[in-house]
Amino acid sequence: MKIAFTTKGTNWSSAMDPRFGRTEYFLIYDDEKDELSHYDNRDSANDAHGAGPKTAQKLFEFSPNILITGNGPGGNAATVLEKTGVKIFIGAGEMTVKEAYEAFKGDTLKKL
Amino acid sequence: MKIAIASGKGGTGKTTLSTNLASFLAEEHEVVLTDLDVEEPNSGLFIEADLVREKDKFKMVPEWSADECILCGNCQKVCNFHAVIQLGEMIMVFPELCHGCYACSELCPTSSLPMIPKKMGVLKHFRNGNLNFVESRLDIGEEQAVPLIKQTHKYIDQQFDDNFIRIFDSPPGTSCPVIEATKDADYIILVTEPTPFGLHDLKLAVETMKELKKEFGVVINRFGIGNDDVLAYCNEEQIKVLAKIPNSRRIAELYSQGRLIYKEIPEVRAELEKMKDLIMGKMKEVVK
Repeated sequence: MKIAFTTKGTNWSSAMDPRFGRTEYFLIYDDEKDELSHYDNRDSANDAHGAGPKTAQKLFEFSPNILITGNGPGGNAATVLEKTGVKIFIGAGEMTVKEAYEAFKGDTLKKL
Repeated sequence: MKIAIASGKGGTGKTTLSTNLASFLAEEHEVVLTDLDVEEPNSGLFIEADLVREKDKFKMVPEWSADECILCGNCQKVCNFHAVIQLGEMIMVFPELCHGCYACSELCPTSSLPMIPKKMGVLKHFRNGNLNFVESRLDIGEEQAVPLIKQTHKYIDQQFDDNFIRIFDSPPGTSCPVIEATKDADYIILVTEPTPFGLHDLKLAVETMKELKKEFGVVINRFGIGNDDVLAYCNEEQIKVLAKIPNSRRIAELYSQGRLIYKEIPEVRAELEKMKDLIMGKMKEVVK
C-alpha cells in the first residue's frame, strides 16, 4: 500500500503541510517495501490559479492508495482526486509526518 | 473619449466618483457609464434608469471528446492555468480556470478538444435620458473576470461612438482585470484616500499606469482624514490632483442610501465642475 502525505519537508520528522494544492512537498510511503520517497511541489507557489488540480494530477502519477493531509483538498482538486479513487484522511495539518502516520494507523484521522 | 476610474486600494470611492461624475456630465452631454468591476458591480445601486437590453455572455472553453483522443498529453502541457488535466486515460477540463486561449484546442493533433460556449455572466444596458449605464456581472463560481470585461468593452465600442463620454468604473487592484479595464482608456483617474494604505496602493497604481503609458490624475477622497503624505507624493511626482472630495458624515449617509452626493453637497459639485473642464479639454484633443 502507498500512502501520500502533504508535507513541509522530506523525512519522517518533517512537519505536515495543512494545504493540499500548494503543499511544499508530498512524501510517498510504500509500506510493503518500507520506502519513503518525495516530490518537490514548491513550484505551485507561482500558480495564481489551478494549483489544486495540478497537484492532484501529479499525485495521481504516484498512484497512492491513501492521502493524508490537513485541511483537505479544495473543490477542483477534490474532483480530480475522486476520479483517482485515493482515500483521503484529513486533520493532520499540525502534526509531523511520523505522528500523522501513527494517527492514521490508530484510526484517529477523519476520512473524507 | 474613454475615461477609466481606477484605484490601487479598494473602497476608496471609485464607484462614488464614477456614478456622480457620470450623472453630473449627463446633465449636458451624452454619457455612458460602464461598471467593469464584474466580480462585484455596484454602480447600479446609484443609477436610476430603465433596462434597454439584457444579454447572457459566454466564453469559449474546450470540451473533451474521447473518441479520437490519443492521450498524448499535449493539452495539459500547453495549458498555463492547469485548466486541462490528463488523468490516466481521461482528460478533465476545469472551465472556471480556463482563460479561453484556444491553445489546447488548436494544438490537439486529433481535434479532440473542440471549443464550446459556456455562460459566464450577464450584461445589462440601462438608459435614463443622456445617461446610459452598462453593467456586467460574473456568474457565481466564475473565476475569470478578464473575458467578461473584454466582451463588455466590445459592446460599448459597438453601441457608442466618440460623441459619448465613456466612463469606466474599474475593478480595484493592479492585476489583470484592471489592465483589461484601463488599457484602452484615453485618460485614467486614480481615486485614493489620504491614509498610509491609500498612499501605498496609489503608488502601485501609478506605477501600473506609467507602465501602460497612460495619462492620469488623482482624486483624493475623504480629504481631511489621515495625513498630507498623498499630497506630498503627488507634488513630488508631479501628478495632477484633479479634485478633493471632503470627508463628511453627510456624504457617507447619502452613499448608504444609494443617493448621488453632488446633488446635495455643493462642494462636491464644484469639484466635479473642475473635472468637467479637464475632461472637455481632453475630449477636444481626442476627437480633434
